Amino acid sequence: MYVAVKGGEAAIDNAHALLADARRGDRSVPEIGTDQIAEQLALAVDRVMTEGSLYDRDLAALAIKQARGDLIEAIFLLRAFRTTLPRFGYAEPVDTGALRVRRRVSATYKDLPGGQVLGPTFDYTHRLIDFALAAGVEPPPPPEAPVAEEAARMPRVTDLLAGEDLIEREARPADDAPVADLTRAPLAFPADRDLRLQALARGDEGFLLALGYSTQRGYGRNHPFVGEVRIGTVEVGFVPEELGFEVPLGEVVVTECQMVNQFVGSAEVPPQFTRGYGFAFGQSERKAMAMALVDRALRADELDEERTSPAQDEEFVLAHADNVQATGFVEHLKLPHYVDFQAELDLVRRMRAEIAERRERDANKEAAE
Amino acid sequence: MTPDATSSPDIAARRAAMTLCALARADELDAALATLGPPDAVADLRRPETGLVMLRGRVGGDGRPFNAGEATVTRAAVRLSSGEAGFAWHLGRDAARARKAAILDALFQARPDAVEAALAPIGVRVAAERAAEARRVAATKVDFFTMVRGED
Repeated sequence: MYVAVKGGEAAIDNAHALLADARRGDRSVPEIGTDQIAEQLALAVDRVMTEGSLYDRDLAALAIKQARGDLIEAIFLLRAFRTTLPRFGYAEPVDTGALRVRRRVSATYKDLPGGQVLGPTFDYTHRLIDFALAAGVEPPPPPEAPVAEEAARMPRVTDLLAGEDLIEREARPADDAPVADLTRAPLAFPADRDLRLQALARGDEGFLLALGYSTQRGYGRNHPFVGEVRIGTVEVGFVPEELGFEVPLGEVVVTECQMVNQFVGSAEVPPQFTRGYGFAFGQSERKAMAMALVDRALRADELDEERTSPAQDEEFVLAHADNVQATGFVEHLKLPHYVDFQAELDLVRRMRAEIAERRERDANKEAAE
Repeated sequence: MTPDATSSPDIAARRAAMTLCALARADELDAALATLGPPDAVADLRRPETGLVMLRGRVGGDGRPFNAGEATVTRAAVRLSSGEAGFAWHLGRDAARARKAAILDALFQARPDAVEAALAPIGVRVAAERAAEARRVAATKVDFFTMVRGED
């Protein structure tokens, strides 16, 4: 229960002034620019865009600066910003098959068309702190290699398997079929896969990582392989009403993960690999992989699997994946609950008094007998 | 989208010019406008405005669409004194840049060859950057070789 209380205005103003001062920190250290954040803390920016569910690098960089590097706070700022803007419409679905790939690896095929391209990755680094970075040593220009013609054609691994019918194909209804949008209608259960993917795409990376991990450890086991992770740049098309034809809005960087999982078959269909899908803004590989694991786990009903684990429970997963909602409800606990608590204090005092009274009565009764 | 609208060569050329404007930096659009000579009177059909477009992916990359998250988009619409209307829809929040692109779109309809020439340097810059990135990425391609087994 909330009761309006007044007071604290001056304390709040002064606290915000103190926050601004603490955000700036030691004045002898140069202030960080949002361009520096966008360029040099690029993966933090990608995460804030993904979970803030708003693709805008400069804005995400500014949010990170304003939030003093607290990424959930920055995500919150982005979500709040988007509520101030009108919605112009829906873009055409991006074609991840046409990604200008900067990274593409597969754990299932060594020699796939287009090859394994590592790109800018932490994989195979030794995770040793690099003191040269603290000393401000400029990196050498990266090596270059001639571009093979086949590099331009990188079919999805799932397309290779689909050629032999070894993997389930995604249903492709008419493109004018309605698409669920949880920014327009509240989450409702049971959720279809389009709604689930939207919720997972903006879901907290840590939460999805833990759930994905739990499926690997046996809580909803589904034997995953990374069919493919690809990261790259893709054009976004949009059809403005006034033009009636598709125009390019520009380009975005996205990450896609195709998880290939163990078989399902039936009397009619011979065994096939099944799929889980992950998609995120920017270079967000861990997020896309975790999302793909959870997407596959949430298909339990559809694939006739027994639901035994948290990662397979769509209501549990989708209702708790959003870190802005989660932080709002957890952090509200620190706001004044004086009246609530006063009521509970009264209650506990009354309970204790009643118990004491009963004990005294019983003691008197015993003494009288 | 009507198929005949996009397949018409005029539309394809206009789209190509719009693509270059969407990839251009603001100073590159300034340079293109300077080359063309700025039009004498430009009326705003719609003042530049920033809003949201919902980006979409497909389930599994190739299945049904889903809503992946929004992007900021700025749109502008102008009319030249000679009557041509120009439009721009760009990712981001740069109102001035969108308006410049809308002017270039309007100019394109009157003088397509001149606008194409003025935008050509943007295409050259973008192609060079993409080629350089492709070469750096290509250097990270894995060349597997099979180890000789001990018992052979």
